[in-house]
Amino acid sequence: MPTLSMIVNGKEVSVEAGAGDLLADVLRDELGLIGTKVSCGEGECGACTVLVDGLSVTSCIYPALKAQGREVTTIEGLPQDGQLHPIQQAFVDVTAPQCGYCIPGMIMSAKALLDENPRPTREKIKEGISGNLCRCTGYYQIVEAIELAAERMAEKGGAR
Amino acid sequence: MWDEYLFPQSVDEALEMLKAHVGNARIMAGGTDLTLQSQRRQVPAKVVVDIARISGLDHVEERDGLIYIGAHVTHAQVAASPLIRSRAGVLAEACGSVGGPQIRNVGTLVGNVVNALPAADGAMALFAMDAEAEVAEGTGRRWTPIASLYAGVGRCTVDSCEAMITQLRVPALRDGEAGAFERLAKRKALILPILNTAVVVGGDGSKIERARIAIGPVATTPFVATEAAAALVGRAPDGAAVAEAAKLASEAAEPRYSLLRGSAEYRKSMVEVLVRRALTRAVARASGEEDENANS
Repeated sequence: MPTLSMIVNGKEVSVEAGAGDLLADVLRDELGLIGTKVSCGEGECGACTVLVDGLSVTSCIYPALKAQGREVTTIEGLPQDGQLHPIQQAFVDVTAPQCGYCIPGMIMSAKALLDENPRPTREKIKEGISGNLCRCTGYYQIVEAIELAAERMAEKGGAR
Repeated sequence: MWDEYLFPQSVDEALEMLKAHVGNARIMAGGTDLTLQSQRRQVPAKVVVDIARISGLDHVEERDGLIYIGAHVTHAQVAASPLIRSRAGVLAEACGSVGGPQIRNVGTLVGNVVNALPAADGAMALFAMDAEAEVAEGTGRRWTPIASLYAGVGRCTVDSCEAMITQLRVPALRDGEAGAFERLAKRKALILPILNTAVVVGGDGSKIERARIAIGPVATTPFVATEAAAALVGRAPDGAAVAEAAKLASEAAEPRYSLLRGSAEYRKSMVEVLVRRALTRAVARASGEEDENANS
């Protein structure tokens, strides 16, 4: 099997990956990063969203070998020094998660959005998470959480 | 799912890889469609030839009034390109409507064409803009009109097991020309369109001189409403001309009944509404009444 070398959450990793393996499966099954969820398995729901070189992708349909040499960020890569990332903290503070299954993907989409646009309008936030479905339909709090995170990050002078 | 995963460094090497595996190897760009098609066993190829590392396929650039878009350019890159937003706004709008952000970050516009679906948003704008595609096959390359690539639902005349599209080109919109894209769907994102349309009109402000209208999915390939577009030529760019053209477009369109998209009757009447909306916006933009990017 080919060796897949990539940087995951800042660390270089090498794993064996089959030609048809998908990134979500490698992350979860080979690397134990089970924060990334697989829901639809068809790139339709966004639960499996991770960042590849800073761009959000649905890892359930992303060929693992495509990530060769690239930087992958999963939900596990967001906390720093034992502290939740401001986006994660905001989700907790406004009680955005209901069943929670969509939340890692939502947060990764929010991360991609805020990296590109630190002070998005409500409309831009909705666009930013338009590739993520919440089965509990708790979108209101999710949008609110991202707004709150953006505010807090701006106050702190753009914490990552 | 796949037995082998290859990264060619050049277009020639990619074609050699295809040749070496006769019929069993297939070109892949973003893979957002191919991955699922392979999982569902709709595509027999067991060897994927990923074009991600071929240099020279990532360009969006203008030369002599034509905008060139490389085979590895994603929908997100097209939608965000300042060049395309200012000189081919309808294409940026259409590409910005595909799937959700994650799909647009990976899926390519050329891949959208190769999949040859009559509902593809990006393709609709390419039809309205009279795009051409460069095909690399054997040892040569040739340019071919976008329409020549479509042989039916999901059937591209360029076989990804033998050849590849290396780039697209569209004429940059000139002064007095503008386009617009409209889409009807149950939700705003992550959903296939019930209908979509892309239009381009051009004129001198008092008279429409050129028009193209592409509509999907109302036939087995993206449908170009030539009569409706012709009816606009020579007319003043007003509501009456737009309404008449929209009606003709609806009469010419032949949507099928679809469990997913709605009844044929409903969709046929909605063609008129959608084309009217698109033409109204395009005409306003062409006369400078609306900023090209106002809706993006």
